[in-house]
Amino acid sequence: MKKILLMGNPNVGKSVVFNRFTGANVIASNYSGTTVEFTKGSMRIEAERAELIDVPGTYTLEPTCKAEEIAVEMLKTGDVIINVVESTNLERSLNLTLQLLKRKVPVVVALNFWDETKHRGISIDYKKLEEILGIPCVPICAVTGEGVNRLVERIKDAKPSAYEYEEKERWHEIGNIVEEVQKVTHRHHTFLERLGDASVKPITGLPIAVIVLFLAFKVIRFIGEGLIGYVGKPIFENLWAPLMLKLSGLLGSEGSLHNLIIGQLINGEIDFGQSFGLLTTGLFVPLAAVLPYVFAFYLVLSFLEDFGYIPRVAVMVDTLMHRLGLHGFAIVPMMLGLGCNVPGALSTRILETRREKFIAATIMAIAVPCAALQAMVVGLVGKEGLAGLGIVYGTLFMVWVLLGVLLNRVLKGESPEIFIEIPPYRIPYLRGLSKKIWIRIKWFLKEAVPFVLLGVLLVNILYTLKIIQFVGNITAPVVTRVLGLPKEAIGALIIGFLRKDVAVGMLVPLGLTAKQLIIASVVLAMYFPCVATFMTLAKELGHVDLLKSAGIMIVSSLIVGGVLNLILPG
Amino acid sequence: MSETKVDMNKEGFAAKRISLAQMQTGQRGKIVEINGGYGLARKLDALGIRVGKEITKISAQWMRGPVLLRQGNTQAALGFGMASKVLVELDEGA
Repeated sequence: MKKILLMGNPNVGKSVVFNRFTGANVIASNYSGTTVEFTKGSMRIEAERAELIDVPGTYTLEPTCKAEEIAVEMLKTGDVIINVVESTNLERSLNLTLQLLKRKVPVVVALNFWDETKHRGISIDYKKLEEILGIPCVPICAVTGEGVNRLVERIKDAKPSAYEYEEKERWHEIGNIVEEVQKVTHRHHTFLERLGDASVKPITGLPIAVIVLFLAFKVIRFIGEGLIGYVGKPIFENLWAPLMLKLSGLLGSEGSLHNLIIGQLINGEIDFGQSFGLLTTGLFVPLAAVLPYVFAFYLVLSFLEDFGYIPRVAVMVDTLMHRLGLHGFAIVPMMLGLGCNVPGALSTRILETRREKFIAATIMAIAVPCAALQAMVVGLVGKEGLAGLGIVYGTLFMVWVLLGVLLNRVLKGESPEIFIEIPPYRIPYLRGLSKKIWIRIKWFLKEAVPFVLLGVLLVNILYTLKIIQFVGNITAPVVTRVLGLPKEAIGALIIGFLRKDVAVGMLVPLGLTAKQLIIASVVLAMYFPCVATFMTLAKELGHVDLLKSAGIMIVSSLIVGGVLNLILPG
Repeated sequence: MSETKVDMNKEGFAAKRISLAQMQTGQRGKIVEINGGYGLARKLDALGIRVGKEITKISAQWMRGPVLLRQGNTQAALGFGMASKVLVELDEGA
């Protein structure tokens, strides 16, 4: 099978082209480094099947970082290269193109963002470019799909170019080519460009950041609550509950099978928060309580990503992040972590050094609560008033900062300076945006639902075998004296290894005080990552660093839980 | 590196040579030297930012935070230390 590689600078839309060609679903965002690993898919060229590989972005074939090394390594395996270039940045893009031509591999150039050239006052004579380089050059707009079919047709015309140049004259050559094929007319700055500049100047950027944060919070809350209150709960309570009650009757209203599937009836009714059966709480938690917030969060995050705001946030927070031994771009794993810690941990790859990866992964796993945990905490602690939620979030934020500062002091080495390209603001394209949100939701459903069900199953088994009671008795000194929680709360801590949302759900029947709810929420967020995150961290950090990181988690959660128990009134 | 050097350019006007970090927001200038060793020069080069190119400083964060520059249609943010190593000759009247 023919191997086709998609190569190009970071953030030129390779993943969008990949999705177009293969019908596959790869996350694409408006910032560099969204693809840290190559992705394979298959496509059809005329009657033939070919393998298409989405290679991480690279500026040059002389690698400067891990992602670029992978890219150069991949190059050797490809039969044809589709070199995706940014039409609005022709000069810079041709640098890689010329390096590719030197390797004498068959290349097709895809001039992406063709639509943007018009309102940027750029006109490119792509036929002339094709003539000069001696390889097919096809203008495309990947997000709308314009020109994409033409690109596929031209793949067969790809051939090694006869174009020759002196290596040290490369930029000079590029300058000449650009001179010949490109005309730039003067034009005024667009609104988006002015907004882009305003959002990185401190005086205007800080208020903008505050407004964005506030709006993001409001929108997430509004959509999340709305979906729970008007969709999730009504469906479960009005449609699903009667069905389950019938099933409960069929199963004889009691017994271990009944308790496993339906759970405990509360006053003869099903209580989706407390019954804890596979088909009651096991479905209610992921689908009605958590999914609405996961959806709302990814809607907002995906919009900000595709708009191009994230790298600007990175610039704004750079100074703060340096105190934590990181630089501004490390905000990316933190933001992704707020959705789910697994992609958060994966994205630490965009950081340069092992030290940075360790600090970022550790403080993310400890102090950045995932959307599933947050949805449950908001539901449970929020009932006691906003102040309680404020304490939970405030504590986690303080832990995040303090731990970062501490690790930065203790660990040898320095944090490298930030160096990132800032993409232009782009209005997110609805199809791309909804596809991305759908990928993330699908991923959540695939990962979360089975684990939640497994968690509920395990809760039942552990209770039936009296294991939770047994461990509760052993750990009572720590759980009750240090954390001030009833010893039954150990059940939540055990299940928290599997799924944090189920763990918070287990607190519901315990009738905890507001203070205990706050402590339990904070400790659950901090003490250990769920198993999926744990496995990802093992892969990303290696076992030695993972052990260190896990040690920090356990110790810091006990300290913080203990301190909260001492200082909180009530 | 931090003191301001004054060179004479072709026309005999005194051209100010300062670092990107010292430039005012909104000022334009031509890059005349990148002092950061191979690593920095290569990273900038990959973005098409190199000696002889016209750049505009877009913003600088407080407390020696990162500096943003524009070159053509490319924008990049670099740390204050790196920005101190990029020397520019300010455009006349800037």
